Amino acid sequence: MENAGYLFAAFAIIWAVVFGYVLFVFNRQRKLRREIDSLKEALKGKEVEQ
Amino acid sequence: MKRKILLGVSALKMVASLYLVFLYVPTEEAMGIVQRIFYFHVPVAWVAFLAFFIVFLGSILYLWKKDSKWDVIASSSAEVGVVFATLLLITGSIWAKPIWGVWWTWEPRLTTALVLWLIYIAYLIVRSFATEESRGARFAAVVGIVGFIDVPIVALAITLWRTQHPGPVIFQGGLTPPMLLTLLICISAFTTLYLLLLMQRISMKNDEIEIRRLKELCR
Repeated sequence: MENAGYLFAAFAIIWAVVFGYVLFVFNRQRKLRREIDSLKEALKGKEVEQ
Repeated sequence: MKRKILLGVSALKMVASLYLVFLYVPTEEAMGIVQRIFYFHVPVAWVAFLAFFIVFLGSILYLWKKDSKWDVIASSSAEVGVVFATLLLITGSIWAKPIWGVWWTWEPRLTTALVLWLIYIAYLIVRSFATEESRGARFAAVVGIVGFIDVPIVALAITLWRTQHPGPVIFQGGLTPPMLLTLLICISAFTTLYLLLLMQRISMKNDEIEIRRLKELCR
């Protein structure tokens, strides 16, 4: 099959970039949510102290 | 919950797209098997244009209403749009090599598409390097509005000028029914993916704003 290598290269790159970005976005959101939870805990502690 | 459903729908549509592209649609006679890149190249182009249209609308609404939620939508869409515009350039280049014998040529469609990518890279850079966040958002909104002019130029480049890029085929009856079905399913799959990524990115930006607010309160 002529030029099949180019076809598979294009699809491999598309999927690598899309999956990479999806993973980045979901992982980053998980970290942000953890940071929000810890800040809320810290704020609760601060209010209790006061 | 909505995002999980959208993720599932997006995954199903992508699997359907792969089946249609690799197993269902017949091979195009002139370009052979490499022409199948078309079924992903056109959808990523469509999504990039859609994303930059959302940036355009969001930017106008942000400057008009001065409500930061529109800036969040615009900036989120710009980031996702740049990802798809990058894929557009890469898939186009890979397709060009076996057909035209070159990875790149400075013809109107490719050049205006590269300019489009650079405009939205500039949009993201203007935001990151602004000394004050609201100022960066305002400058970026102007870039997002003015830069959108390039989207119709890219779309119409193949009709306005003589180009090496293939001419319009979708609305000119140049696709057989299986090709058109495959293309429409792929466009639907990538559009769903864009909506999922946009929602996720908006949620992330809202989380970043919440973190800043909580840090202020913790001081």
